[in-house]
Amino acid sequence: MELLMAVAVGILFTIGIYLILSKSLLRIVLGTSLLTHGVHLLLLTMAGLKRGAAPVLGGTADTYVDPLPQALILTSIVISFGVTAFFFVLAYRSYQTLGTDEIDSIKEEKE
Amino acid sequence: MSNLLVLPVLIPLATAVILIFFKEKIRLQRGISTASGLLNLFISVFLVQRVHSDGIQTLQMGGWAPPYGIVFVGDMFAVLLVMMASLVSFAILLYSFSSIGAERERFYYYSFFHFLLVGVYGSFLTGDIFNLFVFFEVMLISSYALISLGGTRLQLRETSKYLLINIVSSTLFVAAVAYLYAAVGTLNMAHLSLRIAEAGQNGVLNVIAILFLIVFSLKAGLFLFFWLPGSYSAPPSAVRALFGALLTKVGLYAIIRTFTLLFVNDPGFTGDWIAWMAAATMILGGIGAVAYKDIPRILNYNVIISVGFVAFGLAAGTADSLNGAVFYLLHDMLAKALMFILGGMIITAAGTDRLAGMGGMIRRYPLLGWMFFILALALVGIPPLSGFAGKLLIIRGALDAGMLMLSLIALGSSFLVLYSLIKVFRLAFWGDDPEIVVPKARAGMKGTSAVAAVLLLLVIMMGLKSEAVYTYVSQAGEVLATPALYIESVMKE
Repeated sequence: MELLMAVAVGILFTIGIYLILSKSLLRIVLGTSLLTHGVHLLLLTMAGLKRGAAPVLGGTADTYVDPLPQALILTSIVISFGVTAFFFVLAYRSYQTLGTDEIDSIKEEKE
Repeated sequence: MSNLLVLPVLIPLATAVILIFFKEKIRLQRGISTASGLLNLFISVFLVQRVHSDGIQTLQMGGWAPPYGIVFVGDMFAVLLVMMASLVSFAILLYSFSSIGAERERFYYYSFFHFLLVGVYGSFLTGDIFNLFVFFEVMLISSYALISLGGTRLQLRETSKYLLINIVSSTLFVAAVAYLYAAVGTLNMAHLSLRIAEAGQNGVLNVIAILFLIVFSLKAGLFLFFWLPGSYSAPPSAVRALFGALLTKVGLYAIIRTFTLLFVNDPGFTGDWIAWMAAATMILGGIGAVAYKDIPRILNYNVIISVGFVAFGLAAGTADSLNGAVFYLLHDMLAKALMFILGGMIITAAGTDRLAGMGGMIRRYPLLGWMFFILALALVGIPPLSGFAGKLLIIRGALDAGMLMLSLIALGSSFLVLYSLIKVFRLAFWGDDPEIVVPKARAGMKGTSAVAAVLLLLVIMMGLKSEAVYTYVSQAGEVLATPALYIESVMKE
């Protein structure tokens, strides 16, 4: 199971980095969000995917899954959500002010 | 009373939240910010004295013993950096009053300012690696807001690059934490250090160490600094001073903490990496500093050179060079803040940031000119000033470790620092007045000069009183050289 997840994470990272290296700002934002998806799955996977009950006390299970990485992922998700929201608005604002979505043409313009 | 340790984080946090409610009342915002800055300065000085007399302070959040809860650790290195950060941030706050402009102030400038400080102080004090990530994000998100606040074309352009770089490096940070958790199963730094030592650092742990090095180097501008010169040119000079004095230093702090506490068992391998990255940083930063002819870029490349210098002190790894790295880091926060403030004043006075459009300013602004000149000497490390002791200790330690080549590079980079800053001095202050009409400097120059003069006085005092500073610095260096001291004080039960 971990192997399968590792491959999935690898694919997410590959696509994310490919998108980040592209020209359009919107694709770059999408790339970063795929990258964060990948890293959250990585966090889940690296803690081990052993079988156990959901980490909620009150059941009668003998084993539970590790609760720590879930807390870390939850923290990381909201952080990257905030940053992505900011990035989207920034891209929108750049498009309004600079009038282009292409990274190359943003660069060439001289102040 | 050990709750004292959380106050440097709590006070700016409370201030930032309170300031949200007073959007239009700029005078009130300034008053609250000043009071909070002063309070933080007093507390951090008190903390330094406390750690000096009683040793390392720890605070367990919620009373959960480490490694189960989050712990704040105030060793000498951390509290010294907190003190210096609150000092320079207070000075930059006062500089902001006269330079940032009412429009930005109305749109939550001071809130962002204090949130940034929360992130910086928190990163210095925390003893948990994931908590470090969270404080990094607090700091970075505030810095995104500060760098884009105002929304000029240049700012919008540079913010997207800055944002992208930091998202990628934060993602790598989470990945590195994930790998580390899988390898040793804990997040508390002291506990991590024990587990890594038990596992014997090799193979996979070395890979994780390099991943952390890449992450923190991206934040600190150690070799991976390609984003820095452009990004730091975009915001107004008060924000630039804040970034140049604090942000890269937090990355450096994280590198030093990681490689003196966690990954200490294979120093040959990690030390070589850091040493060569430091050498490349000093060389490339030096080339950049002499290549440009506009003030922001010259100053930004000077930030990069000093990052390389501190990392070189860490790479040498002897007791002397670690002390030197701490000393130089403290000096550098102070001097870089002053450098950006003076740079901002020069730009305001000349009405342009290109050196080609300046000249003859020594007649109109003699005080500014000579302050910049003395600061340039301090940054190079001329003996009576503050940059000297740190550089001397680092070079002496490195020579003891047999790093002759790198020491020569470090000394050579000092010449490039001197050349680049004297070039600014010569072109801006000497010669004839430029032909274009120079706008009259706006009011508020006097207040700013007073702030700069106080900072300059501190730079001089830190040099003259090196011996007194050294008693604190050596206490910080001792903990860095012997991680067991840190571990014992955290894992005492």
